[in-house]
Amino acid sequence: MVIDDKRIRIISGHYGSGKTEFAINYAVKLNEMGMKTAISDLDIVNTYFRSREKAFELENIGIKVIYSSIKNGNYDIPAISPEIATPVKDKSYNYIIDLGGDDVGAVTLARLIPILDKSEVDFIMVVNTKRPETSTKEGIIYHKKSLEKATGLNITGFVNNTNLVRETTEETLKEGENILFEVSKETGVPVKYTSYIENIIECKPKNIKTELFPMKFFMREEWM
Amino acid sequence: MAKVLMKGNEAVGKAAIEAGCRYFFGYPITPQSELPEYMARELPKVGGVFVQSESEISAINMVYGAASAGARVMTSSSSPGIALKQEGIGYITKANRPAVIVNMMRGGPGLGTIQPSQADYHMCVKGGSNGDYHNIVLAPSSIQEAVDMVIEAFDLADIYLTPVIILADGLIGQMMEPVEFTNKKQREIPKKDWALVGKGKGERHITKNLDLNPLDLERENIELFEKYKKIEENETQYEDYLMEDAEYAFVAYGTSARIVKSAVRKLREEGYKIGLIRPKTLWPFPKEAFKRNNIKKYIDIEMSMGQMVDDVKLACEDVHKVVFYGRSGGVILSSEEIVDFGKSIMGGAL
Repeated sequence: MVIDDKRIRIISGHYGSGKTEFAINYAVKLNEMGMKTAISDLDIVNTYFRSREKAFELENIGIKVIYSSIKNGNYDIPAISPEIATPVKDKSYNYIIDLGGDDVGAVTLARLIPILDKSEVDFIMVVNTKRPETSTKEGIIYHKKSLEKATGLNITGFVNNTNLVRETTEETLKEGENILFEVSKETGVPVKYTSYIENIIECKPKNIKTELFPMKFFMREEWM
Repeated sequence: MAKVLMKGNEAVGKAAIEAGCRYFFGYPITPQSELPEYMARELPKVGGVFVQSESEISAINMVYGAASAGARVMTSSSSPGIALKQEGIGYITKANRPAVIVNMMRGGPGLGTIQPSQADYHMCVKGGSNGDYHNIVLAPSSIQEAVDMVIEAFDLADIYLTPVIILADGLIGQMMEPVEFTNKKQREIPKKDWALVGKGKGERHITKNLDLNPLDLERENIELFEKYKKIEENETQYEDYLMEDAEYAFVAYGTSARIVKSAVRKLREEGYKIGLIRPKTLWPFPKEAFKRNNIKKYIDIEMSMGQMVDDVKLACEDVHKVVFYGRSGGVILSSEEIVDFGKSIMGGAL
């Protein structure tokens, strides 16, 4: 249950893992449970499909959204608002940090490391095994290590977000889960959730052993 | 090979390598930088060469050099970078050399914005360089189609000895979609018996651009246009989407066409007899797709202030039948606004 995760959830993963879609859905779920929720977009690498594009929708339902100090979602400027520290210090917040992809994107977290109490933090790595770079156990472990090296934090859980967008089937999810179970066996890090888009897999997947995390598309228009 | 999820820019890079491209010269610019990044990482693994040049102008001239030596070579950029490459594109065209050029368009004019746009139609389809010429221009509407078109582009370039432009936009570059790389049979490629091979390695070949005798240059231009006639006859491509009983036709390419398809489905649900004509080659433009007596209006939709619309008017030979709607500057069309515009043209009565 998302409610049982630590107060500060840092969401990361390789480019294209679907971490932003997962982070937004996670924030919305917490918000729906009546939790005071904040989400920050620390992505200074990508210029398209960042959670800040959905700032208006999220703020409308009462989620605090933090991104650049320059209030224009389209700028190609690596400026992060100092406000990202507020929900770390204000313990009334449940805080989702949408970290940029890979070790390069993850360096932005350095600003927060000195004030983070590690006992309050879950560092979640979202994985799509249909992405060529994370399609094998070795690839996933390589990316896990590089994220840990860049941040100085250990990954505390994986999310199996294996998908081929609208061509995803239950078998796709199962295939990803199996690979992540192998990673889990080797690293000791649990697979926390298997996430999927509700409209695409209409029946609740039956053969998945991890906790299911149904999502809606926030970042993808219906024609994408 | 099973399907994988890839970003458009990466998929285009992989497709080029699969097609035998071994030389890439480029310069980074959003929203296409993942393409040179991919080539920098992957080309050396297959014995290829990647060079990040000091500018777009030097990149296109390196392409000219590699093409003259008979290599499969590519460069890529986004709108303002493609503007810088125009002189070199003209030189490669004049020299009858094969090259593939990818443009992931962004909003302009000038440095513009980094968001997707289709405002380089005139520059790429009508020709942004000097002189009498055309380039083949392919317009993918999905990442899979971008992959297939890149592979085809290398063949077309080698067969017709011309630059081929992949005209996509930032969304195609940045979006992720499932793709597969099938070993589709490539076309028969003529021997490159014109390539520069180096001193002392066989007969002398020349790549040249200057013709001081106007009669010689005119003769070469006539030959160039004889080649273009063949390309027009053999290489024109378009897609009809729900056009069988259509009384109205949207016209759109690339990303706009995806959004329009969604609008067509919504309008069809409400009983409107409308479809979509999607040019896949922008040059040669599929003129024959617009010779239909049963169409009341062609509704041209672009992410620009209206550029392809001129070709639609010429192709259907009736300016009164053509209307235009577009968004510019990097604003992405919504299917709702296309539905509304379609209704305003077709009227409420079904």
